[in-house]
Amino acid sequence: MHVPKKPKAIRIAILWRTRRMLRRGGAAARKFMPARSSFSNVIYWVVVGFLFLPLFVLVLYSFNSGRQATWQGFSFEWYQKLVMASPELWRAFFNSVIIAFGSALMSTIIGTLAAVGTARYSFKLKSFVSTMSFVPMILPEIVVGVSLLIFFAGVGLKLGLATVWIAHTTFNLPFVYLLVSARMEESDPSIVEAARDLGANEMQILFRIILPMALPGILSAFLTAVTLSLEDFVITFFVTGPGGTTLPLYIYSMIRFGVSPVINALSAVMVAGTVILIYPMRNFLKVFAAR
Amino acid sequence: MRKQVGLYYSLPQIVWLLVFFAAPLGIIIAYSFLKKGLYGGVEPQFSLEAYAAMANPNILIVTWRTLKISVIATILTLLIALPCGYSIARSRNQAMRLFLVIVPFWTNFLVRIYAWIAILGNEGFLNDILRALHLRNESIQFLYNQTSVILVLVYMYLPYAILPLFSTIDKFDFTLLDAARDLGASRFQSYVRILLPNIKSGLVTAGLFTFVPIFGAYAVPLLIGGKDSYMLGNIIADQLTKTRNWPLASAISMTVTILTTGLVFLIAMRKPREQKQVFDADPGLAIPVPSGRR
Repeated sequence: MHVPKKPKAIRIAILWRTRRMLRRGGAAARKFMPARSSFSNVIYWVVVGFLFLPLFVLVLYSFNSGRQATWQGFSFEWYQKLVMASPELWRAFFNSVIIAFGSALMSTIIGTLAAVGTARYSFKLKSFVSTMSFVPMILPEIVVGVSLLIFFAGVGLKLGLATVWIAHTTFNLPFVYLLVSARMEESDPSIVEAARDLGANEMQILFRIILPMALPGILSAFLTAVTLSLEDFVITFFVTGPGGTTLPLYIYSMIRFGVSPVINALSAVMVAGTVILIYPMRNFLKVFAAR
Repeated sequence: MRKQVGLYYSLPQIVWLLVFFAAPLGIIIAYSFLKKGLYGGVEPQFSLEAYAAMANPNILIVTWRTLKISVIATILTLLIALPCGYSIARSRNQAMRLFLVIVPFWTNFLVRIYAWIAILGNEGFLNDILRALHLRNESIQFLYNQTSVILVLVYMYLPYAILPLFSTIDKFDFTLLDAARDLGASRFQSYVRILLPNIKSGLVTAGLFTFVPIFGAYAVPLLIGGKDSYMLGNIIADQLTKTRNWPLASAISMTVTILTTGLVFLIAMRKPREQKQVFDADPGLAIPVPSGRR
């Protein structure tokens, strides 16, 4: 039986589409399969509700005019107090920022160098380096905090901002090392070999080939380190001293010793900050989740 | 000479971790075998007192409780996270759905704990609503018990489980489920016998990501729990700062360390076998998983 041929342009279009589907695999195939998982979708939305309920309550109460938790009317009072009358809070905030960027910078430098070393060269202690970088990540925070506290007491280092910085750099290091190494494994080793053949020396290879290629990994490692540092409470709690109060520690003392509704306003601002920070990055979240 | 270049690059990290990670760990190992000092600190004298003190019924009860809370919270978390991860992986709008999970996850740890105090507290949101509906006139104490601790722990660590589960399920070839259905499996059977064995590694990762931090939990039981929900983390902190029994604090820390890292290494060691099990999951239903999709 004679089957009329489709016009050439359509045939090519179909061909290209099939090729694209084959190449993209899962993502394209998914488009042709409507999701029928109504049960899991229901669970998902219930969970999202559960995850957002506390944040919603905080934002709601931050506009409450009364001192009590009971709703007494709308007001901006606590936001005003947050900005105008909380010098200690601002001190803690600046400490947090200093520690976050300071420790992220230090751990990014050290961790990136180690990642270059282990990804590009083989040497005797290589597996020792990668194993040792992995262990701090799986230890419970409390153990890291306690051991650092005993260590600082033992060597006679005065607890304060400096010890917090050391602790944060330490727990950030494994994450930086891991993220940067992962990025370096992906890049093509023949580029470095080509550069070497063309007469580049070690320094040129490092600064003009390896580091620029790993830059996305280095940046995401730096940002991860900043977030981990801003977030940390347990380890900081043990290694801090006079002058070393970070924002989480300040919130802790507010919870423990007399809750002022200012904390609601502060929390609401922090929630808003998180949303504003992550929303532009939403398309990269999959990469982040998959790491 | 080239052989040494890699070592030079890694040297700062080796030194940093030796000084600020390995040495402190070494010190608490050493301290756990020393005698307790009169006013905190230690006496340089070998003793197993600290480990003997761990047989104290008080500490044994807390250890058992910590284990119980961690296991219950981890299982609950996984049960909730599994359908969530699946739903995100099958969604057409993965980025938005991930965003909704990550926002609470990146909100500050203490802010989230505080939010639960604001909800469950005597003057909190929940009691407020109950009062407004005239269901209750006096407040109910929701906080300061084990149930509230488990609830908040599940809340805290749900995203830790959802994210690895999502990324594993996302790599799963969903047409396998259709194939199973075509061959006569019920929907439930196709999930249990095809999906679950294929995403085992994700389940294990998710389980570890939740179990390890919950086992070492400190802040949640401290702020949300009462006397009946004290966990090992709280005992360590108390021994360190209040009772000032450093050898005992070190011994308990060592126990926690060995338990959690032991678990991780045990699971990491048997990982290569897992890959094979995917195919052996059910000899009667041997479905070849296309290579490259794993």
